[in-house]
Amino acid sequence: MNNTIAQVGNKGERVRSDCYVTLELTESGGLDIQPESKVKTLFGKDILNLAREVLEFFGITNARLIIEDSGALSFVLAARIEAAVKKLVSTDKEFLPAMIPENEYRTARDRQRVSRLYLPGNTPSLMINAGIHHPDGIILDLEDAVAPDRKFEASFLVRNALRQLDFYGAERMVRINQVPGGLEDLEFLVPHNVNLVLVPKCESATQIRQVNDRIRQIGERMGVQPQVWLMPIIESALGVVKAYEIATAAENVVSLAIGLEDYTADLGTRRTVEGTESFYARCQLVVACKAASIQAIDSVFSDVDDMEGLRQTVLRSKALGYDGMGCIHPRQIRVIHENYAPERDEIEKAKRIVKAFDEAEAKGLGVVSLGSKMIDPPVVKRAMKTIATAVKMGKLSQNWREEE
Amino acid sequence: MKKYDQLVTNAAGRIVPTIINGKQQTPYLGVGQYRPSGRKAAPTIATCADYPADGNKLVPTLRDALIRCGLRDGMTISTHHHFRDGDLIANQIFDIAHELGVKDLMWFPSASFPCHAPLIKYLEDGTINRIEGSMNGPLGRFCSEGKMKGLGVLRSHGGRYQAVQDGDVHIDIAVIAAPTADPFGNANGVDGSAACGLLGFALADSQYADKVIVVTDNLVPFPCIPWQIHGNYVDYTVKVDKVGIPEKIVSGTTQITRSPDRLLIAEMTARFCDQAGIVRDGFSFQAGAGGTALSIGIYFADLLRERNMKARFMRGGSNKYLVKMLEENLGEYILDGQTFDLDGVRSMRENPHHVNTSPFTSYNYHGKGNFASMIDVVILGATEVDVNFNANVVTHSDGYLLHGIGGWQNCLFSKCTILPIPLFRDRIPVIKDEVTTLCGPGELIDVIVTERGIAINPRREDLIEKMRGSGLTIKTIDKLKDEAEKICGVPAKPDLDEEVVAVIKWVDGTVIDSVRKVRT
Repeated sequence: MNNTIAQVGNKGERVRSDCYVTLELTESGGLDIQPESKVKTLFGKDILNLAREVLEFFGITNARLIIEDSGALSFVLAARIEAAVKKLVSTDKEFLPAMIPENEYRTARDRQRVSRLYLPGNTPSLMINAGIHHPDGIILDLEDAVAPDRKFEASFLVRNALRQLDFYGAERMVRINQVPGGLEDLEFLVPHNVNLVLVPKCESATQIRQVNDRIRQIGERMGVQPQVWLMPIIESALGVVKAYEIATAAENVVSLAIGLEDYTADLGTRRTVEGTESFYARCQLVVACKAASIQAIDSVFSDVDDMEGLRQTVLRSKALGYDGMGCIHPRQIRVIHENYAPERDEIEKAKRIVKAFDEAEAKGLGVVSLGSKMIDPPVVKRAMKTIATAVKMGKLSQNWREEE
Repeated sequence: MKKYDQLVTNAAGRIVPTIINGKQQTPYLGVGQYRPSGRKAAPTIATCADYPADGNKLVPTLRDALIRCGLRDGMTISTHHHFRDGDLIANQIFDIAHELGVKDLMWFPSASFPCHAPLIKYLEDGTINRIEGSMNGPLGRFCSEGKMKGLGVLRSHGGRYQAVQDGDVHIDIAVIAAPTADPFGNANGVDGSAACGLLGFALADSQYADKVIVVTDNLVPFPCIPWQIHGNYVDYTVKVDKVGIPEKIVSGTTQITRSPDRLLIAEMTARFCDQAGIVRDGFSFQAGAGGTALSIGIYFADLLRERNMKARFMRGGSNKYLVKMLEENLGEYILDGQTFDLDGVRSMRENPHHVNTSPFTSYNYHGKGNFASMIDVVILGATEVDVNFNANVVTHSDGYLLHGIGGWQNCLFSKCTILPIPLFRDRIPVIKDEVTTLCGPGELIDVIVTERGIAINPRREDLIEKMRGSGLTIKTIDKLKDEAEKICGVPAKPDLDEEVVAVIKWVDGTVIDSVRKVRT
């Protein structure tokens, strides 16, 4: 580490809730901290104190630190300064902001994962309010949404976000970089109660085992084995072929997601709205997931202005058997939820079937019938699933039986 | 002359001067507490013997007109802001005054815009003593830093009408820039290349000023119809090449917000109104032109369409979205105070149900009623709110005066006043223990809608009751404040001097708060 100057973060007219820090190690003269901020009147002292605390924590006694702040929250400032320090100084220490109690929850293996919102891991302004839109999951992305030369700084930001950002009950997810490189990312996530890790460009069960091995090692260091679910993303022809193997690679794999941009590139074709080119892959993935009793998650829809296109895509996806999809803008969340949810006539039919089943049970009958029709057990099972989903998604009251 | 003197604590607990720019003032006494007395102000009696019998009051230039009006030191010159950031006339008036060596003028605009920043040089050299009106952007910064010679006075649109009517402000010369006018001085805002819809903000000026000049770039033969401004009030008319820059008059900045956070706030607000039973057949509403407010209007339109209902009237600022509602018969009337885009201008020109209003009809507190209090729900903004629901619209949390009051104070009298605002902007929490500048008393503010929850004023037990079981997240305002501070940290107080640089008038002309100098 021969450098003496490090630059980290973002600045510019359109940048908000972030900062750009320039750290220069000096020979003498103590700490010269120069905060320039548009919130200087209200938070200038806080910024100065925090910067001093971080530098002193890392034992830096002589340095010039220029902070160009555009309203960054404390955990962002701290992440930026720490990243700058670590570009210049080798240390194992971590400046960890407090873990807020709101974030100390675990998630259930089979919880609803209809929508999950992707957020670039190096853009704090998009993270701050993500939870208020109530996606089922929030993905802090360390992979494709972060430029290669920014991945280092992003990992500190994501780590601090996991500790300080209120996710408002959304499943706390992070997409790591491709294994094996992405294994290092786990060091920034596993000790900080990440609920689920997305493993991109997954092509083998071995990769899943590598991830779990690293999680276990980290757990051993922590003295407690954390619960981390995995969602491998299938993004290549080989991945599609190996889908079932990956789906059953480990007990903590809760779903497979498909990534169609990379998959179509791998096929040497182009992604179309109709999706003929990926039809096989999407079916194969659903079958693999259902065979493994895990959730199947569809690719994102990338035109954030085309709500009708999104709706159509969701309906097709639901018809294929998918349980949910990714989204790249909060506006997509509602469309996704509304259209994966069972439709009104579907719910009504399911209600009739479940009621008929209830009556048959009460009367001790082995056969369920509705009017003159016999109802087969799989139909009852599906109806029950429909009701459960409808209740979960707010389309049906929990007490629907009493309310009839 | 001292800028201000004799500070007292008013009924809101704010320290305010009672002598401002040499005139005695009444401190704020509480909502509805101040009783005006006496008779209204009036201009001097004119005789038509002094005016050309053929009705042609044209003079060659604005300079000629100003000289004939007797422009001299210490006068009050008024302008309106219907041209918004595209105004080309106000700056010319003071260029002329400067050339003529006139000093100590008071500029009395109905609002100022960034395009008026060139006037700073005249505030510095003494051509202009002070501005009594909104000070946006650079002018606000100038005033905040204590550089203005006189004391700034900010009034609401209704308060401006009240001040002129009651004689608190005497206008010596009113300059009314008009998109279309005839030589007699009849004028309107619906025709011409600078069409801005209406000229309601200039009504008081035309009625009460000693001298009135109408300036237009679209001179038509008598009669100019409609005559929103009556030529019978006008002394001189002037034809110029251009009164305004059309694309800056109807800026087209009034787009629905794309910000998911703001859309969420808009949706929560609309759901709140629906749950409260406000959105019903025959209701009325006013929403501003900001992105969030526009989106709320769209949610209202959706609800009305779905239920086959319509609003009885909708208050402008009008824009294409409101016009669409009118044309779709989701509302019966637009009562419009200013038009924000060309659809608004067209509608006002063509549709008798799109009615031009003035601060007299809509807002004047010293009249025999006004329709601000008849509106079922009004959606407003704020830079800050405090735990007692008091709100600030003029200064930022760092103390800088950056916005005018507009019709904001007047609108607070609606049956339900809602402020949809983000809980924090960048890192700055919106809810404070105490607002930096008090513009609206909390007793008039009913609901704060933020992306993290809705706070209802405890005075509105009826609304609190109606929200039970609504599924909307209702929180106390203290809880919301704590939430913001947990995320942002607790902000320091702004660094303000004791010195007062401007005052905020309440709708009845009393002084509700002082704006302090920012230490630089």
